[in-house]
Amino acid sequence: MTSEAGGLIGRLSWDAFPIVGLIQTPNANEIVANAAAAVVLVGVVVVVGLLTWFRLWGPLWRDWLTSADHKKIGIMYIVFAIVMLARGVLEGVVMRAQQAAGPGDGFLEAEHFAELFSTHGTIMVFFVAVPFVFGVANFLIPLMIGARDVAFPVMNQISLGLTVSAGMMLMVSLVVGAFSTGGWTAYPPYTGAAFNPGVGPDYWIWAIVVSGIGTTLTGINFAVTIYKLRAPGMTFMRLPMYCWTIICSSILIVFAMPPLGVAALMLAADRYLDFHFFTNDLGGNMMNYANLFWLFGHPEVYLLVLPAYGIYSEIFATFSAKRLYGYNSLVIATMSIAIMSFTVWLHHFFTMGQSALINAVFGIATMLIAIPTGVKVYDWMATLFRGRIRFSVPMLYGLAFLMLFVIGGLSGVILANPTIDYQVHNTLFLVAHFHNVLLPGVLFGLLAGYNYWFPKAFGFRLNETWGRISVVLWTVGFMLTFLPLYFVGLMGMPRRSFSWEDPSFHPYMIVAALGSLVILAALLSVVAQLWVSIKQRETTRVPVGDPWDARTLEWSIPAPPPPYNFAVIPQVTDRDDFAEAKEQGAAYPTPDAYEDILLPRNTSIGFILCVLSGVWMFALVWWIWWLAALTTGLMLVSFIAWTFRTDTEEVIPAEQVRKEHEAWLDLVRAATPVDRDHEYAPENRGLARPDLEAAT
Amino acid sequence: MDNLTEMHRRERRRYVVGYGGSLVLTLIVFIIAYVFGIKTTGVYLTIGLLGLAQLIVQLVYFLHIDRRRSSREDLDLVLFSTLVLLIIIVGTVWIMGNLSMRMHTYPM
Amino acid sequence: MKRAPTHSYPGLNLGRRHPGADKATEVVSFGFWVFLMSDLVYFGLMFAIYITMIDAQAGGPGPHELFDLTSIFAQTLILLTSSLTVGLAMLALKYNLPRSRIVMWFGITLVLGLSFLVLELRDFMAMAEKGGVPQRSGFLSAFYGLVPLHGLHVAAGCLWLVVLGIQLRVFGLTDVLMSRVVRLALFWHFLDLIWIGIITIVYFGGLTYG
Repeated sequence: MTSEAGGLIGRLSWDAFPIVGLIQTPNANEIVANAAAAVVLVGVVVVVGLLTWFRLWGPLWRDWLTSADHKKIGIMYIVFAIVMLARGVLEGVVMRAQQAAGPGDGFLEAEHFAELFSTHGTIMVFFVAVPFVFGVANFLIPLMIGARDVAFPVMNQISLGLTVSAGMMLMVSLVVGAFSTGGWTAYPPYTGAAFNPGVGPDYWIWAIVVSGIGTTLTGINFAVTIYKLRAPGMTFMRLPMYCWTIICSSILIVFAMPPLGVAALMLAADRYLDFHFFTNDLGGNMMNYANLFWLFGHPEVYLLVLPAYGIYSEIFATFSAKRLYGYNSLVIATMSIAIMSFTVWLHHFFTMGQSALINAVFGIATMLIAIPTGVKVYDWMATLFRGRIRFSVPMLYGLAFLMLFVIGGLSGVILANPTIDYQVHNTLFLVAHFHNVLLPGVLFGLLAGYNYWFPKAFGFRLNETWGRISVVLWTVGFMLTFLPLYFVGLMGMPRRSFSWEDPSFHPYMIVAALGSLVILAALLSVVAQLWVSIKQRETTRVPVGDPWDARTLEWSIPAPPPPYNFAVIPQVTDRDDFAEAKEQGAAYPTPDAYEDILLPRNTSIGFILCVLSGVWMFALVWWIWWLAALTTGLMLVSFIAWTFRTDTEEVIPAEQVRKEHEAWLDLVRAATPVDRDHEYAPENRGLARPDLEAAT
Repeated sequence: MDNLTEMHRRERRRYVVGYGGSLVLTLIVFIIAYVFGIKTTGVYLTIGLLGLAQLIVQLVYFLHIDRRRSSREDLDLVLFSTLVLLIIIVGTVWIMGNLSMRMHTYPM
Repeated sequence: MKRAPTHSYPGLNLGRRHPGADKATEVVSFGFWVFLMSDLVYFGLMFAIYITMIDAQAGGPGPHELFDLTSIFAQTLILLTSSLTVGLAMLALKYNLPRSRIVMWFGITLVLGLSFLVLELRDFMAMAEKGGVPQRSGFLSAFYGLVPLHGLHVAAGCLWLVVLGIQLRVFGLTDVLMSRVVRLALFWHFLDLIWIGIITIVYFGGLTYG
């Protein structure tokens, strides 16, 4: 394998650049490929240009790239996720357009289409959902549990660096070479060296391995943060529901990421070193791969959706002005889902050929997992029941979720039956099912959270009108795009087909393609909302920090929060501590004394590892061995050098904390409390008038 | 000061006991292997159980994880990891073993 | 959630004599323990793969031709002894014995770790001479996916020992360094646990069922 490689640039050559293809064979397929590469390059030039023009390189480096502040790291995660989301959505639109073209028709070549669904899946799962979920968690968890930062702030920065550099590999693959055509699951032997000697699967492998390491470190970080760093009095049963979901999600990461790493590295051993884990010959067994991949894959979907459940739980409680109904049952349901998610992985390969008994066992386990999920749905509905409901943007997302998610969940129970699964396996029915749980479940949840916590992060509210437009577009776009796929799936249309022959599919495909345009519009409406909100930010500022009359600890501090989060670590006495304090008029207390605060100093190790791991992956993909060895050494050396640092923390003197905090307390006292009918009026400065008063 | 050296002696004894126990268990395993040969499931089960015993000895004496002390959350974590490992390993061996039996992958 | 002050993290606790280091260690050690559990799943999966591939010898050499129990016995004793010496280094640290004692136990551990690696490499070379290379069969791929992974961990542990030794020289016994020693000891004991799995499942299991 490796004998032909070597040299200064490995197997890199001019053919790797798409522009060469366009010159040789100018057609629609090449134009799309080149347009994608051009978008990446233009994007880089525009970003670099803007940063230079506004002289932002210094602030970017000092305040963001080297920061170990969990809030900033969280925001960087979310920015990265939204950029990747834009690419994923565009790819979805192109795929829908291809399939809408008519029987046997289309403008893409099969290879190109395969690349599209492979990158779309990989990006949406690993570089949109995961970073978005953990971006939100990064921002929120220390604020919710009353801590100053996560347990390992620098490791947090490294996690971000690794995730971003892995994501960048997918961008690089647009410009140099081509990404895998093996789907996001990359099943061998198709992705093995014998059938796929190109660079595509290697891009996939290293992006997955590196982002997997980053995600594992994140999981460890959040498990330890919630376990060990809670404020005094914040017992487990007083944790906000969202924290519970992040604990479970972190546990899932710690135990479910290794199978993915093992599978990807074994595939790499097959491809690079001629091992025989998954090959056709010499005792290799490709079914081991499917087994390993889904040992990871199933917990993965729960580790994405549980935090979204957590976000909905917070939102339903706040916008119904009620305590979350059935807290204990929600905790138990979350834990059960986390544990049960390890017992169902086989339902992804019912058709592999094992005995009916095994299929039955895993089918039943899969159906059982619907029970705790059902408990949650009823708890949320009971939270809404007789609440004082406000139909704000996050709440609208929540209601869309409740209705659509139940459909997606039920189609999952249908698929859990092995006999039915044999009929619809690998059809668009499955594609409809998982988009039906992932869009209303995860994406709507994250967008709801984005609308809900944005004022906390930036100090001003997002535009309500554009938010509502966004909700409608996402919901309608989702339904138009994916509900027709249930029908064509039942009619027998296989997933991942770049072309099809049965004319009865055509109407459905056209509707789906129109739907994907609505989704594109929805994405643009999110951008428009952000643009408009920034423009009118002077009228929507909420410096006091509690614009929604919310219940948990993160709302009891200024918006945006100071670097140290809490001037004085709070003493927690109740679940929904802040809501209780507001009702008793005990919110915003003046502390007796202030202390010096230690915060982690800025460090560039995360950025260094980000760049080095990026170069390392590129070198491995293109067999540039000297560069791979060099970057391995450099990563090791820079990490060891970093451990020699002694001056790792900086002190914020008590006097400064006192000054800042008292200035804010003056602001609180000067602000006029607003009731819930004026939530979106300019006079909402973030001080809530308790509902209790309004009622009596 | 006396108290501390006493503790020092006790903790050192703990390590030495762990070492001795592990050593004895290892020796038994290898003696069984040399004397009886490793061919039957009976012998292998014995070796496996002795291995398990050594795991527990090292967890208790080297890693200081047990029920008596206040190390419950470490123990909980170990137990939970064991549960996940069991699900994963037993599940994998069950599924893949069944598959290879049905597909006659290897001469049995 | 009540924790007695004497024991707040896995492994030997530094205790009251080193309150600063003890506190610094609690959160970090717990995090490291979680990481080790994640690593444990890695190994667990490789064990599972090995078990499923024990028959996949594809006509190539099997356990009976390749495994050298005498060498395995020696490696086991060496690794076990190094687990003891790393513990004694911890005790020397905890009870403020002269720094030379700590360095001595560190040195012995390093020598034992390196000799383990040498013996293991010699085994691999002997196997390769008999045609036992990972490219030969699925069974050998699974073997070389698992045992050298453990070896790589031992090598990482050795590197860590060296770096820590240098840092102890440069900075003296600071709280941060003591907490790192606690984690290194955890790591080292953990590798011994994995090794017990390897001799039981890979070597004896391979000889019984391969």
